[in-house]
Amino acid sequence: MSASDLTRLTAAELASRIHAREVSAVEAAQAHLDRIGAVDSRVHAFLHVGTESALASAQRVDAALADGAEPVSPLAGVPLALKDVFTTTDMPTTCGSRILEDWQPPYDATVTERLRAAGITILGKTNMDEFAMGSSTEHSAYGVTRNPWDTARVPGGSGGGSAAALAAHEAPLAIGTDTGGSIRQPAAFTGTVGVKPTYGGVSRYGLVACASSLDQAGPCARTVLDAALLHEVIGGHDPRDSTSIDQPVPDVVAAARQGANGDLSGLKVGVVRELGGEGYQPGVRAAHDASLRRLEKLGAELVEVSCPHFEYGMAAYYLILPSEVSSNLARFDAMRYGLRAAEGRSAEEVMANTREQGFGPEVKRRIMLGTYALSSGYYDAYYGQAQKVRTLISRDFAAAFSQVDVLVSPTTPTVPFPIGEKVDDPLAMYLNDLATIPTNLAGVAGMSVPSGLAEGLPVGLQVMAPALGEAVMYRVGAAFEAARDADEGGPLIARVPEVTA
Amino acid sequence: MTTASTHSEPELVEFDDVVARFDPVLGIEVHVELSTNTKMFCGCPTEFGAEPNTQVCPVCLGMPGALPVVNRAAVESAMRIGLALNCEIAPWGRFARKNYFYPDMPKNFQTSQYDEPIAHDGFLDLTLDDGEVVRIGIERAHMEEDTGKSLHVGGADGRIHGADHSLLDYNRAGVPLIEIVTKMIPDTGARAPEVARAYVTALRDLIKSLGVSDVRMDQGSMRADVNLSLSPSGSGQLGTRTETKNVNSLRSVERAVRHEMSRQAGVLDAGGEIVQETRHFDEATGHTRAGRRKETSEDYRYFPEPDLVPIAPSAEWVEELRGTLPELPWERRKRIQTEWGISDEEIRDLVNAGALDLVEATVAAGASSQEARSWWVAYLAQQANTRSVELADLAITPEQVARVIALVADGELTNKLARQVVDGVLDGEGSPDEVVAARGLKVVSDEGELIAAVDAALAEQPDVVEKIRGGKVAAAGAIVGAVMKATRGQADAKRVKELVVERSSL
Ligand SMILES: [Zn+2]
Repeated sequence: MSASDLTRLTAAELASRIHAREVSAVEAAQAHLDRIGAVDSRVHAFLHVGTESALASAQRVDAALADGAEPVSPLAGVPLALKDVFTTTDMPTTCGSRILEDWQPPYDATVTERLRAAGITILGKTNMDEFAMGSSTEHSAYGVTRNPWDTARVPGGSGGGSAAALAAHEAPLAIGTDTGGSIRQPAAFTGTVGVKPTYGGVSRYGLVACASSLDQAGPCARTVLDAALLHEVIGGHDPRDSTSIDQPVPDVVAAARQGANGDLSGLKVGVVRELGGEGYQPGVRAAHDASLRRLEKLGAELVEVSCPHFEYGMAAYYLILPSEVSSNLARFDAMRYGLRAAEGRSAEEVMANTREQGFGPEVKRRIMLGTYALSSGYYDAYYGQAQKVRTLISRDFAAAFSQVDVLVSPTTPTVPFPIGEKVDDPLAMYLNDLATIPTNLAGVAGMSVPSGLAEGLPVGLQVMAPALGEAVMYRVGAAFEAARDADEGGPLIARVPEVTA
Repeated sequence: MTTASTHSEPELVEFDDVVARFDPVLGIEVHVELSTNTKMFCGCPTEFGAEPNTQVCPVCLGMPGALPVVNRAAVESAMRIGLALNCEIAPWGRFARKNYFYPDMPKNFQTSQYDEPIAHDGFLDLTLDDGEVVRIGIERAHMEEDTGKSLHVGGADGRIHGADHSLLDYNRAGVPLIEIVTKMIPDTGARAPEVARAYVTALRDLIKSLGVSDVRMDQGSMRADVNLSLSPSGSGQLGTRTETKNVNSLRSVERAVRHEMSRQAGVLDAGGEIVQETRHFDEATGHTRAGRRKETSEDYRYFPEPDLVPIAPSAEWVEELRGTLPELPWERRKRIQTEWGISDEEIRDLVNAGALDLVEATVAAGASSQEARSWWVAYLAQQANTRSVELADLAITPEQVARVIALVADGELTNKLARQVVDGVLDGEGSPDEVVAARGLKVVSDEGELIAAVDAALAEQPDVVEKIRGGKVAAAGAIVGAVMKATRGQADAKRVKELVVERSSL
């Protein structure tokens, strides 16, 4: 099998070949490193490639298998691209920011630890909007990531690097983080699968915070089953994260396998009236209508549900997120790590100059918004009201999930847009996350599955489930994926054009 | 923006004059560092005095991605303090972030139970020196984390002004603190300084008895801020208050209140206005001085800490902790007073001398309370004074004192010998029995030996013998003195006297 073929396999297929010792983990790692070498100058999915550590990790997996040991996990030896927002002791962690340029963390994130313990080969760290603020990766201090479907277009964000790495076949697995859609929107834009687990489902320890009450790490892959396999590796309680849920990880792998059998009879699928009408491109709406028909064909009962408070979600999100950001990012003050401005006669001046030089415009915008929203005299009107909206949105979800098993909507209102089109128009940029934000506000689970093409560009179907209801979400996602692939003669990702430098 | 205060110091008003014309209103905030093994939100040790930046980790250094986890032991300590202060324990409460930039605060926000304290609405009853009981209302006791320490190098008196650089030590960053805030304390009049001191003293004793902090004001594990305002007598109008920080001893609490009363009265008499500001107490001068004053009031932008879940102690947990409360200091004093049959004044003297624990331990080791008290407040207190150490730091244990008392009671030592034995112990010569043996201080209790000594003395002074025989018993004193000298003071003088009378009549 040629190296090029190894990069086309799903993670599950690659794992089974490695575990059967038909292919070595080192060969798998090398094939992907070679692929990165060949295409990443064009895609720019990676900020850092850890060639040596990746090969060393793969060698350990091969050595254990050669000794006759069982694979340490179902994904042992499979390469992965890690969003540069997770701390890694053997690679820098920059969060796409100048302020953390070359910062080498002294500790591994829990997600990083679990990947290592599972024998997964971490190829490198992927590009992102600075501190996960953005929907296009254009706000990375280290340059934009290009969408493999059309390199003149954005891959989405903030996790554009992870999604583009999957679509460009630079890695079969990736990790993202989703604060308002940063896993799901890039998945939709790149024809890949992205899952935002239930809040607290995956540890945030070592995930450099954007907005603590919204951030959630999750799996990214090219298939629903691969995402499920990765979900089980990274999920589960972590005593170092107080907001982590002390419950077993939902059995998402079994659910994905069950879903792939293609029967959804008996399931009620709620179609959210407020997500999908006005403001959604006609091509996106058409693809969504086709998706709904496909779900019906699978035996699901479609029920229209109303979530009347979702329309306030965007406004509430852009108060809560900046508020938390303004506090979370206060620690970048040049005193202990990261960039330190050379100028300044006092600690205060060095702090101010460092922050002026180290943060990009979008980060500064949100720090200022949040500082304002939390200031005395405005707190109740802004942060306080936003928290009330959050409660109302949670109630909308609770009411909806009392009627249906999952909710669906288009993942994004549009297809991937050209690089530069929205970077100077924050409000237009923020609208990208219209459909994904409510799940973050309520802490429930959501995923994006490729649903089709519009104007030759990928469109995603968002499936949402109650807290810890990931099993049914994966089941629906996998059934949808299997039906779509069968109807269309293969996975959508197979139609991604070859990236040329 | 900050500026140094430009106010010149007012003329101080005589204290008696202040209280004749003004009513002081007190408020006291006390920060107590808990002596938990680990910090508030991470597993780092909390020991005092370690090498700088050796007790740190990603969490307490505020590293990107690190997350806090609440220390259960700190929550228990906070609840026990709250219960001992007769507070309500909140069934649910969140931590908040207090946002401000300062280099010794790693995250540039302090995690604190801002408006949802774990304990609220309690009281503490104080007994003043004349026996008057004052009830101090407790507004709240809440948990928070300490900051690191800045060391400013190159400037005057370690202050940041004029320093050419600063060093940061984060060992203290994240050490659990409890802040205990009183309600307003009105109507103390001339007793305001005394009440302030008595409150901090009682709080210190209480927290010490709970075993949750060392409450060492000299090491900063207990720190008091004193709020004070004056209102014209009988006006009932609240004056503007100042907050005096850096009050690091019980005596300073009293002095700070006294000085601030005189200073504020001086400002008001001169037609000035009291500025609401933070002041610092200067141990050397006994004065308070204005800190740097902010032109704009600090906006801490408090909001609920999203990285932590609320603290929600169950009723069972609260009751379980209530059951662990030790005998409170004032209850204990009452009990001891009854048991030992001593007056209010006597127990207060013991407390003030720092002797209560020592006497109680000596009694527990078998001594009578009277003997134990007598030793500690008289001879041992004098020794402590001579040796310039605290009573509790003398090199003798209550058990050793009890042993000396037992030796006297058994007639093995005279009081004079006993003091020599104690001296030996204090000088590091060993246990009382070792000192007795080494110095050969045992009372001569061998009757034959004593008779021989008496007979020898009588033989040397036949004229005295004649006087005794003639009924002048007082003359026996000379013989007793001779015997005591011969036995190097190690005989029981009473027995010697009996023997002298007995033997001279033979
Ligand atoms: Zn620590």
